[in-house]
Amino acid sequence: MTYDTLYALFIEELVKVAPDLDPATIRQDDQLQDDLELDSMDVLNLVAALHERLGVDIPEDDYVLIETPAKAATYLSTRQK
Amino acid sequence: MWETIIKPETLRATAELTSGVRAAFSWEKIEKELLDGLPGGAINIAYEAVDRHVAHGFGSVTALRWLGKSGERLDLSYADLSVASARFASVLASHGLGRGDRVFSLLGRQPEVFHAALGTLKAGMTFTPLFSAFGPEPIRTRMEIGQANALVTTEAIYRRKIEPWIRDIPSMRLVLIVGETAPEGCVALDPAMQEASPGFEAVPTRPEDEALIHFTSGTTGRPKGAVHVHHAVLNHAATGRYALELRPGAIYWCTADPGWVTGTSYGIIAPLVHRATLIIDEAEFDLERWYATIEREKVEVWYTAPTAIRMMMRAGKEAAARYDFSSLRFLASVGEPLNPEAVVWGSETFGLPFHDNWWQTETGGIMIANTLDMDIKPGSMGRPLPGIEAEILNREDGGIRPCKPGEIGDLALKAGWPSMMRAYLHEEARYKKCFVDDWYISGDLALKDEDGYFWFVGRADDLIKSSGHLIGPFEVESALIEHEAVAEAGVIGLPDETAGEVVKAYVSLNPGYEPSDELEKSIRGHARKKLGPAVAPRTVEFRKTLPKTRSGKIMRRLLKARELGLPEGDISTLETDES
Repeated sequence: MTYDTLYALFIEELVKVAPDLDPATIRQDDQLQDDLELDSMDVLNLVAALHERLGVDIPEDDYVLIETPAKAATYLSTRQK
Repeated sequence: MWETIIKPETLRATAELTSGVRAAFSWEKIEKELLDGLPGGAINIAYEAVDRHVAHGFGSVTALRWLGKSGERLDLSYADLSVASARFASVLASHGLGRGDRVFSLLGRQPEVFHAALGTLKAGMTFTPLFSAFGPEPIRTRMEIGQANALVTTEAIYRRKIEPWIRDIPSMRLVLIVGETAPEGCVALDPAMQEASPGFEAVPTRPEDEALIHFTSGTTGRPKGAVHVHHAVLNHAATGRYALELRPGAIYWCTADPGWVTGTSYGIIAPLVHRATLIIDEAEFDLERWYATIEREKVEVWYTAPTAIRMMMRAGKEAAARYDFSSLRFLASVGEPLNPEAVVWGSETFGLPFHDNWWQTETGGIMIANTLDMDIKPGSMGRPLPGIEAEILNREDGGIRPCKPGEIGDLALKAGWPSMMRAYLHEEARYKKCFVDDWYISGDLALKDEDGYFWFVGRADDLIKSSGHLIGPFEVESALIEHEAVAEAGVIGLPDETAGEVVKAYVSLNPGYEPSDELEKSIRGHARKKLGPAVAPRTVEFRKTLPKTRSGKIMRRLLKARELGLPEGDISTLETDES
């Protein structure tokens, strides 16, 4: 999958976890917790959703690598099978 | 059954609370030992926490070390805190606020929350912290009930959550915004602090003067404002020493958010009273960052919460193995019962077990605890601290009687300890309902074993405990039915491995609406905007109708029993079943 596909997919899963967010206003460098106001349970749910969708395991140590949509898309493109 | 963790004699010998101390304990004695007081029997929490240390020559000791999100560090000494809190008190006074007025804060883990809390108390006003991740609705409700006179917050929070309705709070007189500039109608805190007098002396408040109001959720009705007085500092002092092993100079990290009672009682007051050095981390939970913080800052006493501990457990022992935790000497946990696996995991990972303890917003401080000199039975909340009489009571036959060992009943405390709440604000009837004879009934069900250890069993009501936060289903349901599609809502807590419980909602729809994934997201999104992510439901399920009693009350208990496949219990009051 390309970066753009993974980016779109990440946003899709993100707004499922946090449907208060408007996909149109999410910027690629928005921090999940600081800017988009996800809490730690939201992050866990997002990781679980990404696992379900892509089969990618994201260890706790790597959460910092998915802290913005742009970082997440890059990370997912290196991690996909 | 988990094996009891036996403490070696060498470790017991280092404990602040020994059997000898327990036997000799009295509130009068400990007050003389741990607090100074002010002339004429006055007592002020801010004086005990900060100013007296400066008076005794410890002004240069580091009171807090703040760690910013992006790696900034800021050390504040006790002298710095004394001056900053005096300036904050002067700012309040210069805007016409005086004794008895109420100051609310809506801040993250940042130094200003200390200036605000201590400055407010110093000025003889009442401090009320609110959780900054709350949505606008819980914030507004609490400010209305508490008749807030002043608010301290950030510009970002103000613009997002406060600005549209702040003029509708008639009691509000001053909005302080952290930083150099402020929106129209607000006052910028930094320049105001610069100009303010640093000479404000602690007001000689009386022991029974109102000091803190902490909000807690109710099963029905609005949130309750639990009122605490200046004398509560005696509990904070005693428990800081006995339950958390705090001593002068100890490096201490409490991970609680300052918007909740733990973040005030044990994130601000208790450690400062003991002249400890506090670590404040602005960032949210981040495994590597947390482990690195313990190692780098040489944290000695660590007070955290089950949700965080379980997140660390998910990452495994290997993630922890790279760090040096040899500075740690005492670990404690609060917020919800700590599962036995987590207690033992502490021993295996940090070389020390987590010491679980139990208390509530209403109790103001730790009541029941596993202390350093006690053997730990993993999963137990421990034994009552000195000065605290706890019992398991049965109230079935109109009266009350103590339960036998192993029998489940209401966890109750003999009224009269210093940090006991003195009222629920404007809610005399609800306050009175908490007491039977001279016992405070906690609302938690528990049992006591033959060795006197207490074990949590569950809540006696429908309150939900998620990530250590008590959530009232009524507040969530009220927000849900404000969505145009929702006719009725029933909200319960479902067991969750990490958070303890998570919020789940069942809704029935108004005519013209059909269940769909889009609608589910729209309803959850609405709830998150109103309530914030910590309070809003994580899942919403559609029902044609909800189970209700004859009086029209939604039977949450039944929703939960069915969800979990448990016995339905007494359903004689059921009038309309769900479909």
